[in-house]
Amino acid sequence: MENITVKINGVELEVPKGTTVLEAAHMAGFEIPTLCYMKEINEIGACRICVTEVNEGRGFRLVAGCVYPCSNNMEVLTNSPKVIASRKRTLELILSTHDRKCLSCVRSGNCELQKLAKDYGVEDASLYDGEKNVYEIDDTAAHMYRDNNKCILCRRCVAVCSKTQGIGVIGANERGFKTYIGSAFDMGLGETSCVSCGQCIAVCPVGAISEKDYTKDVMAAIADPEKTVLVQTAPAVRAGLGEAFGLPIGTNVEGKMVAALRRLGFDKVFDTDFAADLTIMEEANEFLERVQNGGTLPLITSCSPGWVKFCEHYYPDLLDHLSSCKSPQQMFGATAKTYWAEKMGIDPKNIVMVSIMPCTAKKFEIGRDDESAAGVPDVDFALTTRELGRMIERAGINFLGLEDEKFDDPLGLSTGAGVIFGATGGVMEAALRTAVHTLTGENPIDFPQVRGTEGIKEAEYPVGDLKVKVKVASGLSNARQILDDIRAGKCDAQFIEIMACPGGCVNGGGQPQVPMGIRNFVDIRAERAKVLYNLDKSMPFRQSHENPAIKKVYEEFFEKPGSHKAHEVLHTSYVKRKVNEI
Amino acid sequence: MNSAKSTVPFKGTPEQEAQLLKVIEEKKSDKGALMPILQKAQEIYGYLPIEVQAIISDNTGIPLEKIYGVVTFYAQFSLYPKGEYTISVCLGTACYVKGSGDIYNKLQEKLGIGGGECTADGKFSLDACRCIGACGLAPVLTVNEDVYGRLTVDDVDKILAKYA
Repeated sequence: MENITVKINGVELEVPKGTTVLEAAHMAGFEIPTLCYMKEINEIGACRICVTEVNEGRGFRLVAGCVYPCSNNMEVLTNSPKVIASRKRTLELILSTHDRKCLSCVRSGNCELQKLAKDYGVEDASLYDGEKNVYEIDDTAAHMYRDNNKCILCRRCVAVCSKTQGIGVIGANERGFKTYIGSAFDMGLGETSCVSCGQCIAVCPVGAISEKDYTKDVMAAIADPEKTVLVQTAPAVRAGLGEAFGLPIGTNVEGKMVAALRRLGFDKVFDTDFAADLTIMEEANEFLERVQNGGTLPLITSCSPGWVKFCEHYYPDLLDHLSSCKSPQQMFGATAKTYWAEKMGIDPKNIVMVSIMPCTAKKFEIGRDDESAAGVPDVDFALTTRELGRMIERAGINFLGLEDEKFDDPLGLSTGAGVIFGATGGVMEAALRTAVHTLTGENPIDFPQVRGTEGIKEAEYPVGDLKVKVKVASGLSNARQILDDIRAGKCDAQFIEIMACPGGCVNGGGQPQVPMGIRNFVDIRAERAKVLYNLDKSMPFRQSHENPAIKKVYEEFFEKPGSHKAHEVLHTSYVKRKVNEI
Repeated sequence: MNSAKSTVPFKGTPEQEAQLLKVIEEKKSDKGALMPILQKAQEIYGYLPIEVQAIISDNTGIPLEKIYGVVTFYAQFSLYPKGEYTISVCLGTACYVKGSGDIYNKLQEKLGIGGGECTADGKFSLDACRCIGACGLAPVLTVNEDVYGRLTVDDVDKILAKYA
């Protein structure tokens, strides 16, 4: 690749041809602020916050640094008075039709607009006040709301929905000053084929979209002496929660998280990882059964409720391929309200099951049909990692100062196979560890071909006389490629893992928001996944079938994987939906 | 919600649908096919209600929202059918300074619809138009082929009554 020379704020450096001004400045140690830019996903140069002065021999002029390519001998000024004045004016104009209700905004403190307004000294946010657009809040979806009074029209949410996820239920309607982000015919999001993945929330720079917050309801349940309030935490939460307290991306906070949950007043602090092990027992069994009895193949995992809803809307003809296993969240709730309730002599009606999830689609999942094994919903409240962060903050718990604590027995016991569920390829690897053992008695642990953040991975493993071909996809536009192959009869895999979010649950729509200025240069999926793979290595048991608590729950309750009882409690059914329901 | 869904019942025929499907089949593999498909669809149906946009979405794979975004961006596309009587109020300079804006607002209030929309019974649709070359009669409006000039806000009721 040809290199060119650029001079940024007096710092001379060589960059590959085609490098943008923003990327070159980053290499030279200068960050250019952005509001709309997302590398490779939303390169539209629309918000004009990234304006930068460049001189290509004809004097300095302002360009959009995020998309403008460097030329040889270009001089760049990223912080000149002209640049600063322009950015400040742009902020003032954005704020002229923004509701500016920062005091209690869910994003106050980590809002990208608020930070820029402070950095650029926007003292009078009402300077350009004039006509204002006033919008109704859309709260029709189970998992989130949209408050367009805070929207800055950066279109990040639109870009992830249509490009990363291949869905496109939100977009820009009308034009000019009247432009707003919404759905076709002003349908509420809940009336569209939105899959609830929440990737839009994860990239929103401001407080225009956010999950529905159930922290108050959970605290009320904890305060109710009649209720036994249990909490379960998904694998990926321990890899993301630290960010809400200023810790570096990729910090394991499992011990502190458990300690904080106990201090919030939960009666038992359990681990979804236990149910991940349970999922593997059921799913590996289902896979082997389908292989041996000529069932529908490839079998596709069903842990990701965003993926399940996507399949129901967009590929209803392939629902037979979906595993009938409930997701770990639901298996956990179902087991807690049947097996554990019976063991403890507690009426399941008095158990409140709370889950902490890196996911917003889990809020939709708890309300699905056929997810209430004990006659009451398996899970009562699904909170995101962000909501847990807010609860801890509000309770005045000194998170960083907490000593590590351990999960409660027996539903807090898990294996390395359970914890890697939170990363793309993790469910597949966990399933292979148990399936290979069941078929051959061998105990391979590492399946490196299915690890890593690539959107689509495939591998082939000899298992006894069988050759098992597997595929792994994360991000729904990647999933589409595999699903289209299955439809066309061109897919030769027998077992497929699909996760709705790119990189799997570690990058779920419920994880703490990372400012785009960092996301554009750091692979948060890989950093958070490392936490889970390191935990896996440190665990005494690394195969789900080795989990002593799992062995016990089958002995005492479920008998064996795939039993009648297991089907009643741990399996579910799906519904056919349409793309355009009018 | 659903505020932009037309309240006029959709009266599309199987012939119209067959015509539209043929257009989609011809054009859908072209780059930038959406605009020409929408133009043809509007020719066929006269407007682009949700039923028509959904046919386009289902048969091209283009998300409904993307289609709706394009339709609401361009003034040439309409979400509403024309009424039995099309009322056009001239908002050109001469008419406007003579108060046609007030007449336009009064009509919206009386008919209970916004500009570009059609009443639920399909009777009246309302549009704003630019100069129709009758500035001497300003302010002017037309109802189908009939021209009314030198109007005041009080004339609105009388005009509507003629067509009721």
